[in-house]
Amino acid sequence: MAVTLTVNGKTQQVDADPETPLLYVLRDDLELNGAKYGCGVGQCGACTVMVDNEAVLSCVTPVLLLEGRRISTVEGLGTMEKPGPMQQAFIEQQAAQCGFCIPGMMMRAQALLQANPTVDEAAVRAHLEPNLCRCGTHMRIVKAVMRAGELMHQSSQSGGST
Amino acid sequence: MVRAAMRAMRFLTGLAILLVLGAGAFVSYAWHSAIDPIDPPSQASFDRTLVARGADLAAIGNCNVCHTAPGGQPFAGGLGIPTPFGTIYSTNITPDPETGIGRWPEAAFIRSMRKGVDREGRHLYPAFPYDHYTLVSDEDNRALYAFLMTRSAVSAAPPENELPFPFNMRMLLAGWKALYFREGPYQPDTSKTAEWNRGHYLTEGLSHCGACHTPRNRLGAEKKDEYFAGAEVENWTVYPINVNSPAPIPWEADSLTFYLRHGWHEHHGASRGSMAPVTANLGSIPEPDVRAIATYVADVMGRPSQERIARGEAALATVRKESASPLALRASSTGSGIGEAIFLSACQGCHDGRRSVPFGGLNLHLSSAVNAPNAQNIINVTLFGLPAAKGEPSAIMPAYRGVLSQDQLVALLDYMRERFSDQPAWADTRERVAATMNGEREVPIYRMDGTTQAPPETSMRTAPWP
Repeated sequence: MAVTLTVNGKTQQVDADPETPLLYVLRDDLELNGAKYGCGVGQCGACTVMVDNEAVLSCVTPVLLLEGRRISTVEGLGTMEKPGPMQQAFIEQQAAQCGFCIPGMMMRAQALLQANPTVDEAAVRAHLEPNLCRCGTHMRIVKAVMRAGELMHQSSQSGGST
Repeated sequence: MVRAAMRAMRFLTGLAILLVLGAGAFVSYAWHSAIDPIDPPSQASFDRTLVARGADLAAIGNCNVCHTAPGGQPFAGGLGIPTPFGTIYSTNITPDPETGIGRWPEAAFIRSMRKGVDREGRHLYPAFPYDHYTLVSDEDNRALYAFLMTRSAVSAAPPENELPFPFNMRMLLAGWKALYFREGPYQPDTSKTAEWNRGHYLTEGLSHCGACHTPRNRLGAEKKDEYFAGAEVENWTVYPINVNSPAPIPWEADSLTFYLRHGWHEHHGASRGSMAPVTANLGSIPEPDVRAIATYVADVMGRPSQERIARGEAALATVRKESASPLALRASSTGSGIGEAIFLSACQGCHDGRRSVPFGGLNLHLSSAVNAPNAQNIINVTLFGLPAAKGEPSAIMPAYRGVLSQDQLVALLDYMRERFSDQPAWADTRERVAATMNGEREVPIYRMDGTTQAPPETSMRTAPWP
């Protein structure tokens, strides 16, 4: 069966059962391997992507819920050559160790900062709580998100796009 | 004529005397003198065993839940309590001399619990549940006082109440009390066991279970003839805990004791909403007191009928069968089948009974929520999830607010009601879904922490639906 999905601005047909979790479609059919399979039951956050403006756990979200919605993954935040502010900040802060949780962290942070790039650190910590990191890079992740907020704020002040 | 006039005169005089006497009695009933302030007693002056007992009693009374603002210091007050009459802010009950109860002598504390007046003699609003606390014994009040007076003093003045005229007139509360307030302390029922009486004392007194579980009348008083009949508090549905309990498997003293202490039971699921801090508190006190509460409440629910027991057993048999069978799947995901398709693909993976509660989801054949009078609790947990407790294992559920549309959620709820309950379809699901999604119904989400003395952090949903 075919489902129509809009991922990172591109609308395409995917041959998948409607019950299939979004994560499987992203990784197996669309070769977007940023979002990770961690626990598979919506408890670790490694699979986090954005649907419209909210962070969503793609491993427990069947694609039948997503027709007509805008799905964004970490690949949609920028490119190797031109990283987006969130990616740039994570690079600057060297916030990844093993990196498995990072795409999920970035996407949940992106949802927060898109709504308000000037949130304080307490809000970042509270917002990222559903996402787990087993390497213990939390301090750098929080720093990177704060930095991403600065970059997005600067960019919106100077009229640039994010 | 003269005789008639005389008679009228005598009648009017009598009436006037009665009125004066009545008003006098009312004023003497309504007016309380101030009790002189004291210098805050030193912490060392309190007996440590009394303080420890007071800690347990404060947990039973859930004092921390209302007397702590979100993110604030425990017992320092400032939580806004919405009522139909306006918002009342909880007071600071730390021993701070200026903003707390540091200058309250023990007698003033006991009087506030027994009569609902502050040290200065002013009537307190019954958001402070003195209609229950009046039952608390002097001995227990002394322990509570010792516990509170040995907390860290926090300087924090709560915001002014937001009550329009005439509700800002505290004297009115004398009238409310005359109508609804019956002063304690508790009188045991000698025909019942000691455990039942202990449970009755705690349930009706400090635990003030009826404050949420009994519906209120227009003046905010509990309807005594609808005892434990269930209500709606903070946009969470409070289940009836009388003969109308919606639990598919009837509660018993044992299962209730376990649930109240742990915050979950394998046949009933996890406590959430405003009940989460209650079970968190009850997890910290000695088991016999929890068992006494459970014994009394189970007695109020009554012995279930044979038919009800049989239905519970049938539900459990279905659950066991489902958890031993392969997961159901279906291909159709359009039209009227969308609710089923969503359930099978998004919910069933955890709610199939294969992993037991609390780390697996409850099989909904056992759910009180699908048998409740409305869908509100399922709406709340589906949209906002169950956040993890801090620092301990707990039940958890992912939030689906980011993906479900109103239509999808309504279809899912209709399917769940039809499949898992033999009750008629809910009538107001769509409006509840809409109001919860657009933020009109604000739903506080509580964590299930059992370790903190502060209430689980409250995260209100404030942003409107995108």
